[in-house]
Amino acid sequence: MNKISESKYKDFVADRSKYPEMENGKPVIDLDSHKFTKIWQGPQHPGVTGNMSVEIIVNGDEIVDAKTHVGYLHRGFEKLMERRRYIQCFPIVCRICVPEPDTNEYCVSAAMEDLAGIVIPDKAAWLRTLNLEMSRVAGFLMWLGGQAGSLGMGAIGQWTVAMRDYWLDLFEEMTGGRIYHMYMIPGGVRKNLPLGFKERVLQTVDRTYKLLDDIERVFLNNAIAKSRLKGLGIITPEMVSEYGIVGPTARASGIADDIRINQPYLKYAELEMKMLTSNIGDAYDRTELRFQELLQSLDLVKQILNKIPENGEIQAKLPNVLHWKIPAGQTYIKAESTRGEHGFYMVSDGSKYPRRVFARGASYTHAISVLEKLAVNITISDLAALMVSLHTCPPEIER
Amino acid sequence: MKLKDIIQPLTIWKRVAEEPWTIKDPLTERPGADNYRGFHQNDFAKCIGCGSCEEICQNAAIDLVPVEGQEVKDGNSGLRPRIDYGRCCWCALCVDICPTGALTMSNEYTWIDDDPEVFRFTPGADKTKWQDDEKGYSRSEDIALINFDRIEMEEKAPEDRDKSFIEIVKGYNKEQAMLEADRCLECGLCTATCPAHMDIPAYIAALREDNIEEAFRILYETNPLPEICGRICTHKCETACALHNNGEAIAIRWLKRYIADQIPAERYKEVLGTEHLADPKIGHKIAVIGAGPSGLSAAYYLAILGYQVKIFEALPDSGGMMRYGIPEYRLPYDQINKDIDYIKSLGVEIQFNTRIGQDIPLEDLHQEYSAVYAATGLHLGRSTRIPGSDNSEVYFATDLLRKFTLGQDIPVGKKIVVIGGGNVAMDITRTLARLQNQKYGKVDITATSLETEDIMPADREEIVESREEKAIIEPGWGPQEIEIKDGKIAGLHLIKCLSVFDENGAFNPKFDANEKKFFKADMVVESIGQGMDLSYISDELKEKIKMGPRGRIDVNEGFQTSVDWLFVGGDIIKGPDVINGVANGHIAAKAIDKYLNAQKK
Repeated sequence: MNKISESKYKDFVADRSKYPEMENGKPVIDLDSHKFTKIWQGPQHPGVTGNMSVEIIVNGDEIVDAKTHVGYLHRGFEKLMERRRYIQCFPIVCRICVPEPDTNEYCVSAAMEDLAGIVIPDKAAWLRTLNLEMSRVAGFLMWLGGQAGSLGMGAIGQWTVAMRDYWLDLFEEMTGGRIYHMYMIPGGVRKNLPLGFKERVLQTVDRTYKLLDDIERVFLNNAIAKSRLKGLGIITPEMVSEYGIVGPTARASGIADDIRINQPYLKYAELEMKMLTSNIGDAYDRTELRFQELLQSLDLVKQILNKIPENGEIQAKLPNVLHWKIPAGQTYIKAESTRGEHGFYMVSDGSKYPRRVFARGASYTHAISVLEKLAVNITISDLAALMVSLHTCPPEIER
Repeated sequence: MKLKDIIQPLTIWKRVAEEPWTIKDPLTERPGADNYRGFHQNDFAKCIGCGSCEEICQNAAIDLVPVEGQEVKDGNSGLRPRIDYGRCCWCALCVDICPTGALTMSNEYTWIDDDPEVFRFTPGADKTKWQDDEKGYSRSEDIALINFDRIEMEEKAPEDRDKSFIEIVKGYNKEQAMLEADRCLECGLCTATCPAHMDIPAYIAALREDNIEEAFRILYETNPLPEICGRICTHKCETACALHNNGEAIAIRWLKRYIADQIPAERYKEVLGTEHLADPKIGHKIAVIGAGPSGLSAAYYLAILGYQVKIFEALPDSGGMMRYGIPEYRLPYDQINKDIDYIKSLGVEIQFNTRIGQDIPLEDLHQEYSAVYAATGLHLGRSTRIPGSDNSEVYFATDLLRKFTLGQDIPVGKKIVVIGGGNVAMDITRTLARLQNQKYGKVDITATSLETEDIMPADREEIVESREEKAIIEPGWGPQEIEIKDGKIAGLHLIKCLSVFDENGAFNPKFDANEKKFFKADMVVESIGQGMDLSYISDELKEKIKMGPRGRIDVNEGFQTSVDWLFVGGDIIKGPDVINGVANGHIAAKAIDKYLNAQKK
């Protein structure tokens, strides 16, 4: 099942004499023995994806124990929303994930629409789909740079972030904001596409293809990257269900689950796309799969641009948003982000404010429990690469 | 390890030959996108200070503050948004909700200053370099956070109403009222403008919450004539409404009517909590002269305070101008009675057919009553005094309307001209049109005013409905002479009126004598305003009362004259309209209470 063909860990035999003794399945670590060193990787560390830290205990350069710590980034968005009118929520939630904010906007607006029984116009659905797919491209570009950077290939990070800026230019034109787009207002979207937008997107798509072609050669077909990523952080299909792993991370382990295909939302059912999976489940596999998904997203952007209707409403009629009350009820809306299933659970008690909003980000499991498990028995130099290969985003863990 | 994987990365050296992505010097000028959400701009010519931006801001980054040079006016709070960029998240909801479209965002995005205070600024007042930038984020016409379209009011079709005096406006049903109430922004510009300062956002909110009884109680806090005002109020609130700037104002008047219509007369006391008021606890007796809106309002609030109130009315029924001036198709008598019967049920006594000054001298009232509130209204017609206006076929509108309500026969010409462009002119025009229809089977009546149509004082809907009822409205003409042939009216000569008011806003019409018009007529009705009749005040008393300009009685802020027991209000002091009368009556009632309390000490 899990073929580890070229793993540096393949023939690795640990020197058990220096390892901690195991007691009830837990290592006994005596720091005073001077055999171990405790190191905090993060919260300020270039190899950490955002503000979280991993407390690791190393023996030599080998990690023998790891503990993940979060709590540096708690902004209380869920609680804030309990004191915000419904219309005031969508500008808050985009801040849950900086590289890819739109999934949050979509989920929270769609949850309100679901509870209030609002059907968004066709064109608005297309524009949302475009926005989400563009945001996946921008999100993947950010990750790709991080993955290469974690192996010391900083130049690739600069290329992808520069390319991401061209995508942010497009967002700026489309939504009025570069990072936080605040575009998907309940009921639809806020603006129509500017003139000539389609051509400019296609230009940027072509530019991105060109860059990805380079990156494929310099990073994916790179002996160093392969030797370091292959066999690193293997996730078995059993772990996927045990830990609740989602998205490309699960698909790289052979689990064919993509919400856009299995439970299509917005206009995904009208787009041609096939489920991308792989079956090795190591860091290299995940990298390669995400790279393919990035190419797929570029293709989807092109498909969407050809299908967006010229005319049509972009927002369903809303009641006066200053005293918009949503009937009591609860709902869970999910969408496929670059990290996997991203969902919002929303409860309305019939008042002006949501009673409870819960944001479910893929990183919660990926960065806390999965990372903690996979970090043990690898070397300290690989920890950053492992963390990025899980594509974790600490802001969405804490919200 | 494959050889390919070692060689392939090296191919990227081709980039050396490419144009570099990075640039030598940083960009100095890189404008934001056309709809970039940059720094705020505010067009003071449009901004009305409604505070919707402040209300929707999820970060409490916006405060409404007074700004020098911005006047407080009807429909304009004089306040302007000040934005704290330490809090702003640039979501632009403030721009999206702005009902006037005054608030926008420029596409400027760099602002560097070493003084942190400047980042709390008032766009429009604090001069910024992006103030007049055209590019940037503005409210898209494609989306709406508020609804600018009024829920249409159903009316009787012109052919169903032009012969009868049946009420035209059908009123909202529950669904319509809820939808209309939903449009309210709760800015309160209406409350500030309403002479009675009715808490309009509060009763609309109560209506929205489906709490009709609470809404009804809020109405009575400031206005004891909701059925009447819900039909014929001059609704200055709607002119001030924030939505009026870019769309249709909230139908505040119709919502008031809807609320009042929902409570049956027999439940009034229970809902308003006045079941135990009948026995006055305060010994003072107060006399009110005139059972019009102001007198009734004063009587109501005095009765609520526990006074024994008696109204003296010259006519055989209550309501004053509301009954004797306004035709039944606008204000049915049963609705007048509903409001007034409730006031009477609180122990207010009304003595009809009693003209103070004639039947009882004003001074005598003072013997029996601790204070007197005179709200006698404007019942005298005013003449144009043009040649021919002394003919017996020239009538005053108010006289005809009163006689018609009293059930007397009024003359109905075959071809009538009405001089005047106010609501009274429209009332007499439409009343006579109905009578012509009944009598001759066709309408031939023309109303003409000095003012052009855009500045005609009559309500817009009055003009539209008059035309629907086949009356002709010819605004912008000045009457010159009523032509008399053999003692009979032949018609009215007019000349073009160029302007009505001078630069100072004073009444000073200018004419173009070369552009003439002639309306054939056998009857002319004058409706150019009404005068007051103060003959009930004896000469002896008149000497003691301080008079103000233009023959008006001078009163203090509590409507008290220089004769301390005499309070005067209503149309003769302020107005003329019902809501001003209601407001005066309320204020006078409180002033009378204060005056009598002070006497006790």
